[in-house]
Amino acid sequence: METSVAQLELREICKSFPNVVANDHVNLTVNPGEIHALLGENGAGKSTLVKMIYGIVAPDSGQMFWAGDSVSISNPKAARKLGIGMVFQHFSLFEAMTVLENIALGLDRKTSLRDLKTEVLAVLNDYGLQLDPDRVVSTLSVGERQRVEIVRALLLDPKLLIMDEPTSVLTPQEVGQLFETLRKLAAKGCSILYISHKLQEIVALCDTATILRGGRVVATCNPRNETSRSMAELMIGANLREVVKGDRRNLGDIKFEVSNLTLQKVGDFGTALEGINFSVRSGEILGIAGVAGNGQNELMEALGGEVLAGAPNVICLDHKGLGRLGPIQRRALGLGAVPEERHGHAAVSEFSLKDNAILTARTRMNMVRMSLIENAKANAYCDQIIKTFAVKSQGPQSLAGSLSGGNLQKFIMGREILQDPEVLIVSQPTWGVDAGAASAIHQAIVDLAAKGSAMVIISQDLDELLTLCDSLAVINLGRLSPTFKVGDVSIDEIGLLMGGVHGEQGSKGARAEAVNAH
Amino acid sequence: MTADFIISALVTVVGISTPILLAATGELVVEKSGVLNLGVEGMMLIGAVTGFAVTFTTFNPWLGVLAAALAGAAVSMVFAVLVLSLGSNQVATGLALTILGIGLSTLIGAGFVGIIVAPFTSIFPDWLAKDPFLRIVFGYSPLVYLALAIVFSVGWFLNKTHAGLVLRAVGENDISAHSIGYSVIGIRYAAVAFGGALAGIAGSYFSMVITPMWAEQMTAGRGWIALALVVFSGWKAGRLVVGAYLFGLLMTLELYAKATGFSVFPSQFWASMPYVMAIVVLAIISIRNKTGSEAPACLGKPFMSN
Repeated sequence: METSVAQLELREICKSFPNVVANDHVNLTVNPGEIHALLGENGAGKSTLVKMIYGIVAPDSGQMFWAGDSVSISNPKAARKLGIGMVFQHFSLFEAMTVLENIALGLDRKTSLRDLKTEVLAVLNDYGLQLDPDRVVSTLSVGERQRVEIVRALLLDPKLLIMDEPTSVLTPQEVGQLFETLRKLAAKGCSILYISHKLQEIVALCDTATILRGGRVVATCNPRNETSRSMAELMIGANLREVVKGDRRNLGDIKFEVSNLTLQKVGDFGTALEGINFSVRSGEILGIAGVAGNGQNELMEALGGEVLAGAPNVICLDHKGLGRLGPIQRRALGLGAVPEERHGHAAVSEFSLKDNAILTARTRMNMVRMSLIENAKANAYCDQIIKTFAVKSQGPQSLAGSLSGGNLQKFIMGREILQDPEVLIVSQPTWGVDAGAASAIHQAIVDLAAKGSAMVIISQDLDELLTLCDSLAVINLGRLSPTFKVGDVSIDEIGLLMGGVHGEQGSKGARAEAVNAH
Repeated sequence: MTADFIISALVTVVGISTPILLAATGELVVEKSGVLNLGVEGMMLIGAVTGFAVTFTTFNPWLGVLAAALAGAAVSMVFAVLVLSLGSNQVATGLALTILGIGLSTLIGAGFVGIIVAPFTSIFPDWLAKDPFLRIVFGYSPLVYLALAIVFSVGWFLNKTHAGLVLRAVGENDISAHSIGYSVIGIRYAAVAFGGALAGIAGSYFSMVITPMWAEQMTAGRGWIALALVVFSGWKAGRLVVGAYLFGLLMTLELYAKATGFSVFPSQFWASMPYVMAIVVLAIISIRNKTGSEAPACLGKPFMSN
């Protein structure tokens, strides 16, 4: 009897914000004890929907039923009273306070901290979670912070737990622990609404998936009967585009060359660069693989011009020495760079898209006349980027910080690509970007190379590099391996070159030496 | 003679520190909620003139203090509406509030210049309050005891109560507090009003205890000292008391230098000392603690829901 009534049912929920319909007649049913995935691209309306369930945002129209009764949830307190808990994507924690104080803040009943501590320890014990209630939150790891949120939600004895992109910041081990906790919770009858765009996780964890696109429910399915690919296609509403590389392109002459680039290590956590050599031909895409923290950031800074090289001809573009030129001069000569961090490095979040376009494109796109910025040109260029790269925004005046990660990345890539750079250096081009945007960015990289630019892609995502690149080198402990043709080298060999986090092998030579020594 | 001198100096220190302590306690609560109100000086002046005017009219100093608190809170609401509801810049608005307070108090006080009211009478019998030794404990205006009671209550409130935890949470991370379901704006309104009320009482101390009369800008920049004191104390109520008495000591030195002609340095030198010390202390703290981790993380940041 009980089990036939849905824990939560949404009927025809609508919500609009100025200029955008976030949810359009959404129907959703979550059964008791069910792990239900809510799947969709960035901006598909997942977050808005769960914010309405949790009472942070009020729906424009539609009905909600909780265990069969019609309810309206006006604020998070009301939601918690019903038994709805939520773990936020960006944790709602107070850094300067202890774990216990943070938990106390999320509870509506007033318990003394001493009694609360007993309760918290009991919950931690029940679910086999490790956490010290007296630690200050700012000293915790990301996974531990998430546990604080989870414990906070568990203390409410929830009937429904909403998890907003919970694994985006976790290590694989932490993901495993989280899944175990969620399964235990579901076994006790708690429903879980699991928001994600990581398809493998959903296949592994969830009983049902509701897929949103453009604010509408496009499908409800059992993930176990689907493949990652079929769900991805439902999510982006099109066939997942394979990157089209074109036929064997003819690579031109050497365009970009780095010879013996050596830099001292900066700070305690820096990596020294030692004798980096590589060259990229016109039309070639060179990938630089490696585990994070092996000198990728330093290399990026040195190539882009944020840090100067020792001598001019250490870095050459068309046989012209760039080594002692700053980023602005290098850009003027056609060297574009897209650093990994979008906010505050590749773009100024508080600036409009137009101003961000001006920042790197003003010289090559002739936006400045007699020291004055020509607004019409800047706007036109910005419009062109938005149109060409299908950047979801409200035009050139939108703030960069208001765009989703994938859209901002598309904008930044577009800004550099439309300048027709001679060389483009990109670090982590699709980090934190959804599948649709990632494939658009990959295609743009391939297209630019086809036009004759030399490309350097620094990435930790081996799959990405193997799909995109013509040749590949591995950076490890600040040293770069010789360049291989993709196809001439197996994944195992690349893995060996990466050497793990504490690996010693820097190059094929070093590996050979190591072998000989034994 | 020397014992008598030391006791009367200590009594002066405690007395002269009280308005700074009151105003700083109010500002501590405001800043703990994440709002920076630089208008303390203005609110103090409004409190000073209102307290004086009401006492003069009703002959009841307690009504005067109450009116001063209400007036301080009322004028702080001007600031609160601009900053919290309309999202204006807190620093600029706070400075404007000071200017408003100076002008408004001068206008209201125009008819009261040169009049004297009866000062507060002690709540203790004379044999305690006037005793050469015991007056170090019992010889103050009731406002001094009120101030100390308030500081300790505020310290207890902030650190031991759930409501205090919520207030600190709002100042630490407004977005999280909002998403948990606390009314960030509502809590900040209450904090600003409380800060205004204490600044008002602090102001009334000048016109009803230190010199029982009204004079333009009689708070003489002590509102700024109170602001510095909050930083000096590292946003902790206990250290606020120590800091206030330290500043009081410096101000007392000025008075004695003036009165006794004890003039290794001119009295102006001593008069400037609290302000110099405020600057030095702030500089030392910011050098030592570059991250500023003691400050509430959302201090001065506007919060707009939706």
